[in-house]
Amino acid sequence: MNFVIPSFAPAMPEMVLLALASFILVADTFWSKRYQFATYYATQISLVVVGFLILASFTTEQVFTFNDSFVRDSFADILKLFTLIVSLGIFLFSREYLLQHKFYSGEFFVLGLFGILGMFVMISANNFIVLYMGLEIMSLAMYAMIALRRNSGTAVEAGMKYFVLGALATGMLLYGFSMIYGATGTITFPEMAQVINSGKADGIVLAFGVVFVVIGLAFKLGAVPFHMWMPDVYHGSPTAVTLYLGTAPKLAGFAMVYRLLYEAMPGLVEDWQSLLIAISILSMGVGAIAAIAQDNLKRMLAYSGIGHVGFMLMGVLAATADGFSAAMFYVIIYAITGVAGFGMIVALSKAGNEFDRIVDFKGLNARNPWLALMMLITLFSMAGIPPFIGFWAKILVIEEVVKAGFTWLAVYAVITAVISAFYYLRVVKSMYFDKPEDSAPIEAITPALNWGVSLTAIVLLLLGLLPSTIIDLAYLSI
Amino acid sequence: MTFEQFIFYLLAAIAAVSGLMMITVKNPVKAALWLVLAFISTAGVWITAQAEFLGLVLILVYVGAVMVLFLFVVMMLDINMAVLKEGFTKYLPLGAMAALAIFALMYMVLGPEHFGLDVTGTPDVKAADFSNTEAIAVPLYTVHVYAFVLAAVLLLVGIVAAIALTLRRRPTTEVLYQNIDKQVKTLAADRFRMVKMDAVKEQPIVEAGEEDKK
Repeated sequence: MNFVIPSFAPAMPEMVLLALASFILVADTFWSKRYQFATYYATQISLVVVGFLILASFTTEQVFTFNDSFVRDSFADILKLFTLIVSLGIFLFSREYLLQHKFYSGEFFVLGLFGILGMFVMISANNFIVLYMGLEIMSLAMYAMIALRRNSGTAVEAGMKYFVLGALATGMLLYGFSMIYGATGTITFPEMAQVINSGKADGIVLAFGVVFVVIGLAFKLGAVPFHMWMPDVYHGSPTAVTLYLGTAPKLAGFAMVYRLLYEAMPGLVEDWQSLLIAISILSMGVGAIAAIAQDNLKRMLAYSGIGHVGFMLMGVLAATADGFSAAMFYVIIYAITGVAGFGMIVALSKAGNEFDRIVDFKGLNARNPWLALMMLITLFSMAGIPPFIGFWAKILVIEEVVKAGFTWLAVYAVITAVISAFYYLRVVKSMYFDKPEDSAPIEAITPALNWGVSLTAIVLLLLGLLPSTIIDLAYLSI
Repeated sequence: MTFEQFIFYLLAAIAAVSGLMMITVKNPVKAALWLVLAFISTAGVWITAQAEFLGLVLILVYVGAVMVLFLFVVMMLDINMAVLKEGFTKYLPLGAMAALAIFALMYMVLGPEHFGLDVTGTPDVKAADFSNTEAIAVPLYTVHVYAFVLAAVLLLVGIVAAIALTLRRRPTTEVLYQNIDKQVKTLAADRFRMVKMDAVKEQPIVEAGEEDKK
C-alpha cells in the first residue's frame, strides 16, 4: 500500500481553528472563575487569527488535499471569511445577552467555535462523508446551544424539536447519498460528476437519490414544505442563539447546495431543477403570507427567512455559474442583514423583557430615534427597498432567473416581495406612528451593542450605495 | 433458492419483524430487547455479505454496550408509555398509507431491475484468510483520515454538549462542597478567636449540708 502524506497547508485555517477551540475549551475551566470575559475575548481573537490565515493564503485556484476529501478554492475562502465576519458580530451581541439573562457560560462560545468549524468543513467538503461530518458537527453544536438555557421550557422544547427534525433530515440526506453512491460508485464530487455525465450510472436510481438529497437540503435550509421547525425554533431559542442559527449556518447551507448540486450533480439538472422550482415557489409564498399573521418579531423574521431561502433558491435553480453567484451574494447579504435584525432585538432585550414582540417596538422613534432609524434601515434592506443592499441581492437573483428562461417565476417573486414588504413596513409604522405604551427613553443594553447595531445597519446602507465590490467578489469566486 | 439466500431472507425477516415490534410494543424494556434482536439479525446480514468485522462490531458495540446502557436508562426513568403512545391508533391509518406508498415507490427503484445481480455483477467471494479488519483499517487511517479526525471532533462536541446540558452545580445550601482554595488560604485567625476576659475567681463551694446547720 503506497500512501503519500497529504499536504496539510490548504487546511491550515481549519486546523488552527480546531486547535484554538480545543485550547479554549480546556482553558475556560481555569479562566472562568478569575477572568469572566477571557473566554469571550479568546473566541473573538481566534476568529480574527483564522480570518487572517485565510487572507494570507487566499487562493484562486482549486487545491485538493487529504485524498480529494478537502477542497480549497476562492468560493470556499470567501464564504469562510464572511462566516467569520458574521460570527464576530454574533459573539459580540451574544455576550451582553447572556449576561443580561444570566446564563453566561464559556460553553456557549466553545460550542459556537465548534459550530463554525463544522461550517468550515462543510464549505470545503469534497466528498459525501466529509460533508456529512461537517453538517453533524455544526448541527450538534447548535442543538446544544439552543438548550443551554436549561431553566427555560421553550428553549429546551425548541432544542428538542430541532434535534428530532434535524435527525430526520439528516437521515433523508444520508439515504439520498447512499443511493447516489450505489449508482455512481464514488463519493468524491468531481468524480461523481464525471460518472453521471458519462451516462454509465442508472438514471432512475440517481433521480431517486436526488429527491432525498433535495429534501434533506430543503430541511436544513428551512424551505417549504420542510420549514415547520423554523418559526418554533427561532421563537423558542434565546435570541442570542437565534442570531447564531439564522445567520452563519445559512452560508454553510448554501455551500452544501453548491457542492452537491453544482459540483457533484450538474448532470442531473433536470431532476433537481423542477424540485427546486416547486420548493422556491412555495417558500416565497409561505414566507410572504404567513409572516403577516405574526405578532412576535422573531417568528416574523423566521418566516421572512423562509421567504429569503425561496429567493436564494431561484438563483440556484437557474443552474448556471452566474445563478449560483447571485445566490451566493444573496445568502451573504441575508446573513449580514440577519445579524442586524436579530442583533436589534438582543440590543434592546433586558432581563425580564425579551423585547421580541412587535408591540414592544411601538413608538420606538419617540423613545430612541437613532435605534429606530437603524431598525428602519435593516427592515428596508430585508424588504429589498433601494438604496439598501437587499435590493441589489433581490435584483441580481431575479436577473439570473430571467436569463435562465423563467420569467414567470421572476414575476411571481416580485409579487411575493411586494406582499412581504407589507409586514416589514408594519413594524416601521408601529415604530414611527404608533404611541408607545411606555414612553420612557430606551437605550441599548450597552454602548458596544449600540455601536454594533449601528455599524451593521450603516454597512447595509453603504454596501447598497456601492455594491459593485461585493457583487464582483461573489461573481469571481464561482 | 440457495442456502445463502435462505439465510439472508430469514435474517432480513427477523430484522423487519423485530423493528416493527420495537415501535409497537407497550413496555419500553421489551422494546429495547426487540431492538437488540434487530441489531443481531442485521449483524447476521452483514456477515453473510462478507463484512464479518462490521457485523461483530455491531454486536459488540451496539448490543453489548449501547443497548445495555440504554436499558439501564429505560429502567431508571419512569416513562409513561401510555402518554407517549397517545394518538398512535389515530395516526396509524395515515401513517400506514404513507409507509405503503413509500414502500411501493422504493420497490420500483430498489427492485432487481436496478440492483439485481445482473446489474451490479456477482460480488467476488473472498478467500477464508481475507482480513476484513485490515480492509477497513487501512483506508480509515489513510484515504479517509480527514473524515476520521472529524469524527473525533464530532464526539468531542457531543461530550461538551452533553456535559454543558446536564452538569448542574447545586447551590451550596443544598450540597456542601469542599473548597480547597478556601481551606488552604484559611489562617488560624479565621478559625480560632482569642477572647480576653477577666480572670474569674473561684468561689469556695458552700456545701448544701452546712447551710442547713447554720
